[in-house]
Amino acid sequence: MHADMERVAGEKMMLNFGPQHPATHGTLRIVLELDGETVVKATPHLGYLHTGFEKLGEHLDYNQYIVVTDRMNYLSPLSNNFGYVLAVEKLLGLEIPKRGEYVRVIMAELSRLADHLIWLGMGALDLGAFTAFLYGFKEREKLYNIFEKTTGARLTTSYTRVGGVLRDLYDGFEEEVNAFLSAFPKTLKEVHTLLTRNRIWMDRTKEVGVISGEDAISYGLTGPCLRASGVEHDLRKAEPYSSYEDFDFDVAVGDNGDVYDRYLVRMEEMVQSCHIVRQAMDNLPEGPVNVPDNKISLPEKKDAYGHIEGLIHHFKIIMDGHGVQPPRGEIYSATESPNGELGFYIVSDGSGTAYRIRIRPPSLLQYQVVPHMIEGGMVSDVVAVLGSLNVIAGELDR
Amino acid sequence: MSEEENDTTSSGKSPVVFERVKEQFQDGVLDLSEEFDELSLVAHRDSVYEILEFLKNDAKLSYDFLVDVTAVDYSQMEDVLTKYDYARFMVVYHLYSYKTGDRLRVKAPVHEKELSVRTVTSLWKGAAWLEREVYDMFGITFENHPNLRRILMPDDFEGYPLCKDYPLRGRGERETFDFERQNA
Amino acid sequence: MGLENRSDDNIITTTVDKVINWGRKNSLWPMPFGTACCAIEMMATLASKYDLSRFGAEAIRFSPRQSDLLIVSGRISLKMMPVLKKIYDQMPEPKWVISMGACASCGGVFDTYTLIQGVDQFLPVDMYIPGCPPRPEDLIDAVMQIQRQIDSGELPKGTLSDANSASVTG
Repeated sequence: MHADMERVAGEKMMLNFGPQHPATHGTLRIVLELDGETVVKATPHLGYLHTGFEKLGEHLDYNQYIVVTDRMNYLSPLSNNFGYVLAVEKLLGLEIPKRGEYVRVIMAELSRLADHLIWLGMGALDLGAFTAFLYGFKEREKLYNIFEKTTGARLTTSYTRVGGVLRDLYDGFEEEVNAFLSAFPKTLKEVHTLLTRNRIWMDRTKEVGVISGEDAISYGLTGPCLRASGVEHDLRKAEPYSSYEDFDFDVAVGDNGDVYDRYLVRMEEMVQSCHIVRQAMDNLPEGPVNVPDNKISLPEKKDAYGHIEGLIHHFKIIMDGHGVQPPRGEIYSATESPNGELGFYIVSDGSGTAYRIRIRPPSLLQYQVVPHMIEGGMVSDVVAVLGSLNVIAGELDR
Repeated sequence: MSEEENDTTSSGKSPVVFERVKEQFQDGVLDLSEEFDELSLVAHRDSVYEILEFLKNDAKLSYDFLVDVTAVDYSQMEDVLTKYDYARFMVVYHLYSYKTGDRLRVKAPVHEKELSVRTVTSLWKGAAWLEREVYDMFGITFENHPNLRRILMPDDFEGYPLCKDYPLRGRGERETFDFERQNA
Repeated sequence: MGLENRSDDNIITTTVDKVINWGRKNSLWPMPFGTACCAIEMMATLASKYDLSRFGAEAIRFSPRQSDLLIVSGRISLKMMPVLKKIYDQMPEPKWVISMGACASCGGVFDTYTLIQGVDQFLPVDMYIPGCPPRPEDLIDAVMQIQRQIDSGELPKGTLSDANSASVTG
């Protein structure tokens, strides 16, 4: 019996990890070649959630496509909406009213919080720390309430419009956000107490999945994963868009590029996001949130129902082939989404529908780096690394 | 994006990167343009690798970050087709420099009869999957690519979904979906 | 509970099926097949505020062998469908299927070359939840309706005709 079970030296075992595995969050799959517990080779597979987003972009008009961007990185739909409309506005050469820009920043930063909370909850859950998941969701539910009151939906918000946002903030928004912001640091502190100096957490995350700054750039990493490797780069600072230059905040940077640093960078980013939201709330300018251009922004409902002009404008924007029509040309516009550089490359042929929309997903490049991080490590490291990268399948596969 | 602020603009007219590239590759550059505050460079298919290599390694330009690789099927845009000798596809590279903060778009027209470009995986490790996606979606091959196979679509999928002649709802793949074949 | 007769203060009589169904209904073990946005709402349902364990269905099992309720939440692509089918086939009978959200039920807003337009083409779905994504309350409601179905002795749609395969008849 024993003789049968003895492992032949050098014999490798193949382990199919995913696509249905609790740590792959649905749809990632990695084929691991193991020598005992050591990962010799890892081959990631993707495409299990391929939805044809880019093809759809060639068939929907510019405002319709906002709905599709929601469903891309579904942890933070508001950031996607934001990044996409900025691209279209660049093509149109639109300048958004200051208040509109601030409102977008507030919502984008709140959505960054929501994103990092899920990442925190799921990443910790994968390593066996269930409490952080519940704490994270407790806070996220508060954000859901704010999102729902502002946009009408908890998750798929579709809040931004080309030329502004769906509607202005509701009465009482400020009080609710302030209540959230004052309670939130306590939760963060609790999580820090649970994890940051926790022996098990540190053992499982420190010096696991290390990537150097140089490699991170070569692999095209962006966002928290890049900054954890010591590269101080944040598009909100490097190429400020939508009034980010008005706000004072720090860019969180790590040293070692391991799972632990990626954890700390994201934790610090949450603090900074709160900081930005607070500044934006304090200095929120008065005025309209939408571009005062009847060919871009929908008229008020009372105008659409009460005046023939309003009705015509409404009709023209909604009607197929009459809506927003940017000039011919091509642009690339990038924003700092919670996961990194989310870019939109739009080729316009002058009609109401894009000729080609390319989405530059941060997750794709983050997932590509998995073999580099886990080869030579242990099987259990795979879970820690995947959790720390926060690969979102919707954005990965599009 | 903010070329004016950075010192890449020489004498207020043509950006430095254009001057440098033109100097180095006279025949390889087909077009240089600046639209929407973005620099765009169209390079000949055969010299695009050398140009990208130069852009990356030149100490002054130092475009060290390959943001994205993608392609566009221009078969329904007549003026672009005629401009580049009826090259149906355009492989598009987006570059960024951590040193100067500049962005640059490099495009290479590709004809249907020689549907391939030299891979840039030796310059940027991250290019591997981006190029695989271009292959998967457009059928453009990359010479010397270490692992060029489908990435998003199933391995036995036929057709290239992002080509303009491919219908949005597919060519009946959804209707004729068969477990036996998929499991094989 | 299916109390049929009461002969003494401490004795109740009922059928074995009723007792089994009572147990089954109050301890559904879901297998979450979460692929996209709906999975996030499913997580919210399981988390502290909505707390699916109030309905006895919090024992999430990522192994199909240990679960009897498949929650398909999210878009299912052509590449994913064989995986889903394999997971469904591995679940022991009786098994129920919830198709959560528009994408799983009919393809939703994504009428594209790669998406299955409704998993019910390949799986027997017992409960559809509309919404994109549905609210956690909707998912709870669907679980409760499944519980009601079990309680009434109704067979899940996917039950084999073989009489030995299931003992849910009431």
